[in-house]
Amino acid sequence: MPEKIPSDSVGLVKPELHHFDEPLTLRSGKVLPAFDLMVETYGKLNQAKSNAILICHALSGDHHAAGYHSMDDKKPGWWDECIGPGKPIDTDLFYVVSLNNLGGCGGSTGPLSVNPDTGKYYGPDFPIVTVRDWVNSQARLSDRLGIEKWAAVIGGSLGGMQTLRWAISYPQRLGHAIAIAAAPKLSAQNIAFNEVARQSITSDPNFHEGRYRDYDTSPGKGLALARMVGHITYLSENALRNKFGKDSAQPGSGNSNFGRDLRTGDLSFGFNIDFEVESYLHYQGERFSENFDANTYLLMTKALDYFDPSVDYEGDLSKAFVNSACKFFLMSFSTDWRFPPARSKELVENLLRAGRRVNYIEIEADQGHDAFLLPVPRYIEAFSIYLQRVHEELPHET
Amino acid sequence: MKSCRMRPDLEIIQHWIKPGSKVLDLGCGDGNLLQYLKQTREVSDIGLEIDAANINQCLAKGVNVLEQDIDNGLSNFQSNSFDTVLLTQTLQALSNPDLLIDEMLRVGKNCIVTFPNFGNWKSRLYLLRRGRMPVSRFMPYQWYDTPNIHFCTVKDFDTLCAEKNIRILTRTVVDNDHQGSWLIKTWPNLLGEIAIYHITRDHELSE
Repeated sequence: MPEKIPSDSVGLVKPELHHFDEPLTLRSGKVLPAFDLMVETYGKLNQAKSNAILICHALSGDHHAAGYHSMDDKKPGWWDECIGPGKPIDTDLFYVVSLNNLGGCGGSTGPLSVNPDTGKYYGPDFPIVTVRDWVNSQARLSDRLGIEKWAAVIGGSLGGMQTLRWAISYPQRLGHAIAIAAAPKLSAQNIAFNEVARQSITSDPNFHEGRYRDYDTSPGKGLALARMVGHITYLSENALRNKFGKDSAQPGSGNSNFGRDLRTGDLSFGFNIDFEVESYLHYQGERFSENFDANTYLLMTKALDYFDPSVDYEGDLSKAFVNSACKFFLMSFSTDWRFPPARSKELVENLLRAGRRVNYIEIEADQGHDAFLLPVPRYIEAFSIYLQRVHEELPHET
Repeated sequence: MKSCRMRPDLEIIQHWIKPGSKVLDLGCGDGNLLQYLKQTREVSDIGLEIDAANINQCLAKGVNVLEQDIDNGLSNFQSNSFDTVLLTQTLQALSNPDLLIDEMLRVGKNCIVTFPNFGNWKSRLYLLRRGRMPVSRFMPYQWYDTPNIHFCTVKDFDTLCAEKNIRILTRTVVDNDHQGSWLIKTWPNLLGEIAIYHITRDHELSE
């Protein structure tokens, strides 16, 4: 709970539900007859409507990117490190729009919503949504808000993939695409981890083919397991080493796992929790499964797996960006092994081949993939500098 | 536009850059040259740099910058994808200057290379009199901590170009006040402090 709202916070915020009546045809060919998007905004739209920034969330994110919903909140929104007055995405300069994507469980239309065809909740029948579908729905939201062109579309990880899709699908509607810790498509290893996550959920006895709500239950164990696996891939080996254990030996003495004792106490000589990292993962998994919908998790991992803009261009990714008009800013983190710097460089190379204007930095950071959510000094500084420049170049009202 | 005094080599090479051309600057530093070329010649620009503070300056100026170590080559750039590739005062700090020049000539239709001329009489005299590696205002490092690991002279570079069948479009050698007197023109390797080469592989360009 924030006893006092910090001065660099956007403060107390309230989400707003936007309803869309026009049907949305999805990449799969299925049609959503109508849909809702849950949206939060921070800062003020200028008169020229030129200072709007769209935030795209990652796998488990939602519309609540910054600030607090109430004074009882334990934590601010998921990207509070980067959104607020004086922060990189400076709400004194920009009007920031953040939404919960279709298929999500934060209030936008998804598996928890009622299917108008049946009058019952969608559950497992909610159609597979892709990054392209999200971006199409986000374009509808832009129309609704009267934003012809975003100053920037910004996202990390799966969010970064949405910014790339924006540059492909709506080349005239954004000035800058900022993709952080992103990738042009998933690697076999990435997809493998996602499949383990999906299997954990669907093999939970409480899954009931996705109709778990009919049975007044949920596949909590499976979802927690999926999150545990995911969580490991977000952190680097170094990040884990620094998080757990206490110094037990002289550094450099060559024993005891880099001089750290990882045990929680005496060994149990059973299959109980013996090490700190185990209880940490259990806690993370359990907390997550209390607040997230399993069907949504399945959908989000599929959206990741299906992302590959090159499929429409005979496998040549550079061709996807031939019509893009925005400037690109890519950032990667040295210890990110989920979407490592090499994947961002792949994007850079393809953007160059397409003749696009690209900026790229590779940030030394210990925190792995999660670094994009954390206050890594060089990251915050470069991010701020870039967006200040974006603001200086905006067409302003007279 | 900020009216900052440009480095002498930059002052000269800007005239070799065609308006509206595509320019790649290797080791672009704080992005001053690219920014200037953008404003005066409307070039489309990309700079490569590894220093974080310099990169930030480029970002602040709106100069396109990629964090990339040019010692690892330019394999992410397509052949002939730039009109001009620049390498200013960086040649002597490269691990494999000859290989990078090959890469530059592959990526760019023409290239501009500038470097401090180690054959200058001051360096020769310093070495002759003291028997130690020259240290000066322009080369302020000791032999053990210098980033400049591959010093060369005007004559050395001429030889490299001849060996590699590189066409020299223009060679200008100046002193640090960028004066190119007739004396320097007569004895460039002895009197010149900064060597400036405009080179190409495309032999049609020079006809």
